[in-house]
Amino acid sequence: MKKIEAFIRHEAFEPIRAELLDKGFPSLSIIEAKGSGRQKGIVEKYRGSTLTVNVRPKLKVEVVVEDKDKGLVVETILKHARTGEVGDGKIFVIPVEEAIRIRTGEGGEPVLQVHEDSEIPT
Amino acid sequence: MRKKMGLAVFLAALAALVLPAVAGAASLTEVAGTVEEKASELNMVWVAVATALVFLMQAGFMFLEIGFSRQKNAGTGVAKILINLAIVTLAWWAIGYGVAEGGGNDFFGDSGFFFHFDQTVAGEAVTGETSMLMLYGLAFCAVSLAIVWGTTLERIKFGVYVIYAIVFGAVIYPLIAHAVWGGGLLSDIGGKPVMDFAGSSVVHLTGAVGALSALLLLGPRKGKYDANGKPRVIPGHSMPLVGLGVIILWIGWFGFNGGSTFETGESFFGEVMLNTQLAAAAGVIGASLAVYLKSRTLDVGMAGNGAIAGLVGITAPSGFVEYWAAPIIGLVAGLLVVYAVLAIDKLLDDPVGALSAHGLAGIWGTLAVGIFASPRLIVEGAGPGIWYGIFGDQSLSNAFGQLGVQGLAVAFTFVVVLVISLATFAIIKATIGLRVSDDEEEAGLDISSHGMYGYPEQFIPQPEYSTGLPGTLGSGAAVPAPAPAQMTATETR
Repeated sequence: MKKIEAFIRHEAFEPIRAELLDKGFPSLSIIEAKGSGRQKGIVEKYRGSTLTVNVRPKLKVEVVVEDKDKGLVVETILKHARTGEVGDGKIFVIPVEEAIRIRTGEGGEPVLQVHEDSEIPT
Repeated sequence: MRKKMGLAVFLAALAALVLPAVAGAASLTEVAGTVEEKASELNMVWVAVATALVFLMQAGFMFLEIGFSRQKNAGTGVAKILINLAIVTLAWWAIGYGVAEGGGNDFFGDSGFFFHFDQTVAGEAVTGETSMLMLYGLAFCAVSLAIVWGTTLERIKFGVYVIYAIVFGAVIYPLIAHAVWGGGLLSDIGGKPVMDFAGSSVVHLTGAVGALSALLLLGPRKGKYDANGKPRVIPGHSMPLVGLGVIILWIGWFGFNGGSTFETGESFFGEVMLNTQLAAAAGVIGASLAVYLKSRTLDVGMAGNGAIAGLVGITAPSGFVEYWAAPIIGLVAGLLVVYAVLAIDKLLDDPVGALSAHGLAGIWGTLAVGIFASPRLIVEGAGPGIWYGIFGDQSLSNAFGQLGVQGLAVAFTFVVVLVISLATFAIIKATIGLRVSDDEEEAGLDISSHGMYGYPEQFIPQPEYSTGLPGTLGSGAAVPAPAPAQMTATETR
């Protein structure tokens, strides 16, 4: 299992989410992140003085998938998150030891699988 | 004065009209008496409207200061306004009104304490009219007090409000009001009265000097100045709240200046209100222009400060100047406020710009009377503005005499308020202390002084919306508990 952590622009999230869902990966988390990279901070002006904010808001998307699906998820993120400008973000891939579904307590690969429609309560 | 003349002519004309209609039913004296009574009542209705508008300004100060504070200090702004208004009301009723308006000597009044009926104030029996004017005076005193706390946001101990509000409402503001408006020292300087129509000095400079005194002993907010003493920006959390505060103050100012006519004769209040509007507008333009030239951005907060500065600037001259002068007064106040805020910020941490918008603009407004006061409108004994000496046919020495008197009012207000305020705050600092602890300041006054947050959701995580589906938290019975074996599996890490 791999965890894919991607720091992306906010506006890139919606197309990524839609395509991952389409391809059978509905489970993901996002976290509002602030960070710095090659992109400079924001210079705010307040009452005639300047205020430099050295970190910029980004979204951190976390998706845990089986090893074989890693490439597909990374490609999807690259496809939608890349503008070619400084500040597009980064992707990190991290090994994951274990996954447990809290509702049932079951562990292992079933946790990462897509639900059958019949399993999803309406 | 022209206004009194107008009333007499009006009464005579009305009596002449009414007389034939009621011939035989009432004598001329009776009719004239009734008309005079009704005119007085109409005057008080206008003062009542103005009083309500001036009290509305408390909401303006509240939003302005909360908007310029951080989220962790939002709730305390509400408590501050309510407690201050409550205490100053009782202090004014018990002592302050008597000191300000109760006749007496050059320095303080000596009647009207614990204001009640069957009492004479400055030699006149208390009536409904006296009560109305007493309440109007209170509204002014409360505005002046609200200005004081602008410099003290986000770090002052709540108890300080209670003590200083008593001293301010009973002594400080009443002394200044008595000197200028209550027949005291400044109402006759070598035959010339200070002309401060609605209180650029009496109300605004007084409040700002109180604010300066508090700030000198309180010091800046944590993190306002870096290790080299360079100021850092601590942005306020809500420009929409600042804007709402400014607009409410702006509207309230029509009662502040307009009501200071105390009468409806010749609808003179219309002139005063138009002057007020012209100066406020010019203040916004002046400040926006200055901040744009300085930083190439149209700063939201500064535009608001400009409106306030324009309004403070026109407060003293509003009943004494012609329409052409009002925008000049407002524009200068607006330009002044931006440069003053930036200069003061290097030394003193004044989060809302009270020292600039109320203090310097208040001084400017008081002096502007000596520059622009129209011979048509000045009070008896006073000199016109020097403008009319230079470009008109008025005596220049007389005009400069008046400007000097206006300067004296500024100096008197500054010294008296500074001395008493510094003494009061020094005593508070030596006893209960002025400042909250570092920890309390970091956490914010909402939680540390009031035990609650102004915006709880910003600080305490909220649960997600429960959809009512089986399996949501708290409805565990609908879902079988996970098997112990599986739980154990999760614990082996």
